[in-house]
Amino acid sequence: MAKRIEDFEVIDNKRINNDFFILDLFSVNKLPDIKPGQFLQVKVDGSPETFLRRPISMHDVDYDNNAIKLLIQIAGKGTETLSKLQNGDILNIIYPLGNSFSIPGVKEKVLLVGGGCGIAPLLYLGKWLKSIGIAPDILLGFRNSERIIEYDEYLKIGKVFLTTEDGSRGEKGFVTAHSILSTLKYDRIYCCGPDSMMKAVAMYSRKNNIVCEVSLENLMACGIGACLCCIVETVKGNLCTCIDGPVFNINDLKW
Amino acid sequence: MVNLGFSIGDLHFKNPVMTASGTFGYGPEFDDFLDVSRLGGIVVKGTTMEPREGNLYPRMAETPSGMLNAVGLQNKGIDYFETNLYPCISEYDTNIIVNINGSYVADYVQLAERINSLEKIPAIELNISCPNVKMGGMAFGTNLDSAREVTKAVRSVYSKKLIVKLSPNVTNIADFARVVEEEGADSISLINTLLGMSVDVVKMRPALSTITGGLSGPAIKPVALRMVWQVAKAVRIPVIGMGGIMTTSDALEFLLAGASAVQIGTASFIDPQASVKILEGIEKYLIEKGFSDIKDIVGFINRTC
Repeated sequence: MAKRIEDFEVIDNKRINNDFFILDLFSVNKLPDIKPGQFLQVKVDGSPETFLRRPISMHDVDYDNNAIKLLIQIAGKGTETLSKLQNGDILNIIYPLGNSFSIPGVKEKVLLVGGGCGIAPLLYLGKWLKSIGIAPDILLGFRNSERIIEYDEYLKIGKVFLTTEDGSRGEKGFVTAHSILSTLKYDRIYCCGPDSMMKAVAMYSRKNNIVCEVSLENLMACGIGACLCCIVETVKGNLCTCIDGPVFNINDLKW
Repeated sequence: MVNLGFSIGDLHFKNPVMTASGTFGYGPEFDDFLDVSRLGGIVVKGTTMEPREGNLYPRMAETPSGMLNAVGLQNKGIDYFETNLYPCISEYDTNIIVNINGSYVADYVQLAERINSLEKIPAIELNISCPNVKMGGMAFGTNLDSAREVTKAVRSVYSKKLIVKLSPNVTNIADFARVVEEEGADSISLINTLLGMSVDVVKMRPALSTITGGLSGPAIKPVALRMVWQVAKAVRIPVIGMGGIMTTSDALEFLLAGASAVQIGTASFIDPQASVKILEGIEKYLIEKGFSDIKDIVGFINRTC
């Protein structure tokens, strides 16, 4: 699929809590086919400190309205600038970038595991799985009940299980401590979240012989495989997160 | 009609805009965004005899108006290049230049010999200025005797156009320019990245796995421009200027200061179409200023001051 560089218009900027906001972006052009797991590179204007583009995963894609939703955590100057965008502002975007989650077999039992900001790509993935007849279970982990985001959106896709670190909602602990992992048997897990979480999920998957794919969030410059900055060590040597990923089968990673 | 062409000896470039090594892959990475054949040339990723995995992650840190990188010459080696990349990129209607690297003089010589036999590669860029490898690279480019030795050795085996890429991490860059010109370089390109560093205060450790890395982007442009100006005055061979060029105006500064051509580097990361936009901008500038030939503006400031 050809990559594009295009201007999008901000049609909504919704603050969810202190840390998160959702940008709704509209293109005058018909959207290309976007695969679940792919990301885009946003140009952030306004400061010499936001020199490079910011890689952001696609939270949701609305082909009927040529719109893309981004779920963004304020983590630095770039995302802070984006959080202040107003309706009508223009964002320059390079997309769709990267590979995608693999397509599961029709009879497979699928679990999506997300933590914090890492839940972002799982919504579009979930909707896409649903569209091909697979109803995944969804396991989401947050620090506490106040930090739970997008819960209702995930409910529309499948059964949602929650953990919070302080036990204020759902089961207490990290996602890997959730009881469904010991009571239900999954064939395939798609995971995105902090490195420590993904590594724990990878370990669980390996132990239980479950196919597992994780979506990595390495530091990037170009996003198109030219600079070789975002590499990850794999059994096939150093690969670029931007073009060989961001989705990797855990068997390929040196975890 | 404006003449944008320039030459290194008898090698003609259709225009003075090229892409810098390590910022444009091998070309196909940018096919979705521009017609690579419109460019005057592309300098492909730094190539070594043996495959290299490069440095550990993290290899990149954003800095104000720029970035640090410590990629460390990750590439699949000359065999892979010749077998897998060369056949597909030699279709481009532009000058494809290979940036060559080594740890020892013998590595450079071997590579130059190999590439000399590749029909569609009319020039090499001798990289004696990579700051991100422990052996070779910048070690050659920051010592006059080593720069002389490696240029001389490569010149003796390489019959096509030899461009030497200089390091800015020296006291007097013009001395290096004169030395490589004396040893038979056909052209000089500069600057490679400036050695820099960044510390992650949250994690309380260096931002790069290698601690230091190469700074590029607009942050280095004034330094690059000054060095290009100094070198252009010191040698008679064509100078290819680079360092933080983001816009047409940036490129024009280098041309006016004495560069016969420019390379677009980090800008391609932010705008993959930057190189062709700058090319179009240069043409427009010449027309608006009433010049018919790019040569009319090369080194213009040196004629008046």
